Amino acid sequence: MQTENVIEVKNVWKSFKTVQAVKGVNLKIPKGQFIALLGPNGAGKTTMVEMIEGIQKPDKGEITIIGKRWKGNEDELHNIIGLSLQETRFIDKLRVSETLKLFASFYDLGKERVNEIINIIGLEEKRNSYAVNLSGGQRQRMAIGIALINNPSILLLDEPTTGLDPNARREIWEILKNLKEKSETSMILTTHYMEEAEYLCDYIVIMDNGIILKEGTLQQLLEEATNTPENKDRNHKTLDDLFVSLTGRKINE
Amino acid sequence: MNSLFRFNQLWQLTVALFRELIREPGVLFWGIVFPILMSLGLGLAFTKKSDVIRKVAIVSNIEESATRSDTTTVTEFLQKNCEKNLPEGKESWQWKYTINDGKLGNSIFLFYNMEWDEAMRLLKRGTINVLLSGVNGQIEYHFDPLNSDAELTYLKLSNIIGKGTLLEKKNYSEIKPLTVKGTRYIDFLVPGLITMGVMMSSMWGISYGIIEKRSKKLLRRLVATPMKKSHFLIALITVRLAMNFIESLALFLFALFAFKLTIQGDISALILMFLAGNIAFAGIAVFVSSHTSNTEVGNGLINFVVFPMMVLSGIFFSYQNFPEWSIPVIKNLPLTMMTDGIRSIFNEGAGYHEVAIPILILTVMGIVFFSAGLKIFKWH
Repeated sequence: MQTENVIEVKNVWKSFKTVQAVKGVNLKIPKGQFIALLGPNGAGKTTMVEMIEGIQKPDKGEITIIGKRWKGNEDELHNIIGLSLQETRFIDKLRVSETLKLFASFYDLGKERVNEIINIIGLEEKRNSYAVNLSGGQRQRMAIGIALINNPSILLLDEPTTGLDPNARREIWEILKNLKEKSETSMILTTHYMEEAEYLCDYIVIMDNGIILKEGTLQQLLEEATNTPENKDRNHKTLDDLFVSLTGRKINE
Repeated sequence: MNSLFRFNQLWQLTVALFRELIREPGVLFWGIVFPILMSLGLGLAFTKKSDVIRKVAIVSNIEESATRSDTTTVTEFLQKNCEKNLPEGKESWQWKYTINDGKLGNSIFLFYNMEWDEAMRLLKRGTINVLLSGVNGQIEYHFDPLNSDAELTYLKLSNIIGKGTLLEKKNYSEIKPLTVKGTRYIDFLVPGLITMGVMMSSMWGISYGIIEKRSKKLLRRLVATPMKKSHFLIALITVRLAMNFIESLALFLFALFAFKLTIQGDISALILMFLAGNIAFAGIAVFVSSHTSNTEVGNGLINFVVFPMMVLSGIFFSYQNFPEWSIPVIKNLPLTMMTDGIRSIFNEGAGYHEVAIPILILTVMGIVFFSAGLKIFKWH
């Protein structure tokens, strides 16, 4: 049986002034799969996600979501996509519950869904706190709550744990792990944390300089890492090792 | 999507933005208390006549001719008619002359003996504005003819001293202070403060609010939902309009009780004029903030719009003092149009007939700027 692809990216190119951010990327994301776009800063991950979420238009190539292009289908596609952008700040003096209620109203959802989300993201005690008074981790949990409010078929998370301490990062991972177990949501997550991709995602796409260097399941990539000449004598191989063998540098450099 | 759902979106946006506004403690002070304090300060300064002190230098050495001044005539006047400061007195003046006047307020002239150089230094600092000297038995008055206050000091002094001889103090019995409604400075000032408040509040509240939300990526996050884009702008403008109404009402009520300000014209025309002004500035605000996400650039753009109007539109003093060629331009500025219209309703008893054209122009101006702004609006 052929797997249904919810997102298809075909030979997509994108440049900004003199920078070629994405160079001929092809990608297929099946329903229910969690995919990590892994790569250092400037790899083209965010541009890729922005094109999938319809904010940027590709210079060349085509992107379809559930078989539809963005043009003319904005309302329908916005309804099935959940999104968490890098470094978004919400209204400072709005409480957590009020912020969620505002976003719920865009999808014709009410108080019940707001309460469910507060429960999912574990912010019951902070429901009456202003956004400005939340910690970085709590703020990011609220952003993920907003992304989940419409019970999306596709979830796009752009570096959701960047800048968070290990505990806060682990809390976000648990929210996403639960989502993976309980729903059929497909997710694209951009990150430069290897362990995040390893822990959360079924399929990993390693990007650098606007191209896909390698892609596959964690197992496949680790096997590749083992087979590289640099790593063949080492016992424990990681995605870091693979990235070093592909680019000659570490992902966080 | 049904219209009830759309209305709920708009309602929730409006409520959220209103909460954001009223939860900021500074809003209450800068939006409501500050304009009231300003009207109180300016109102008292220009409506209650207090003693006016005029400081005059008596120079004993005139620089231009490098000769000593013959101050005999001045000294005679001072000795005969003025109060001499005792050596143990704390004040630095040497002589004092007071004109007591219940109608125009008391004028107190303080005379200081000094050299020309020191007098010039004090003149440059604005401490004194007239210098007296005597040449060949005649009194000479030195002052800047473009300084109207100096001219007034000269006129009063010359009236008292005459050509070396003391004239009678006038009792100004022929002066009848005007008490007609709408002729006081506070009647001129309050409508101006209201319209300036609308402009400042719209430009900073809407423009800066949009730019800040764009820089925080909140606009980008909002448009990634099925939210109707125009709803966000309508909610922002509605909240600002409500706030402008509250601020203006507070200022008006204060002026009503503190200064007995009245509206002599048609109140419904006043409301329409107020709405038209709000529409104009909301449209301009959306246009100004349609593109940039840099708050520094936003500051500059907003100042570029508001600063010339604040200076030119006759908020604190009549714009008729500007050069004649500039008057037609000034009259067509949105702030001038709104201020003139509201002032005429407050003070001249104007109605729809007098303000219909400015209402129409301001409304069209707002719609045109809003539409143009929306067309080029950058959501991310």
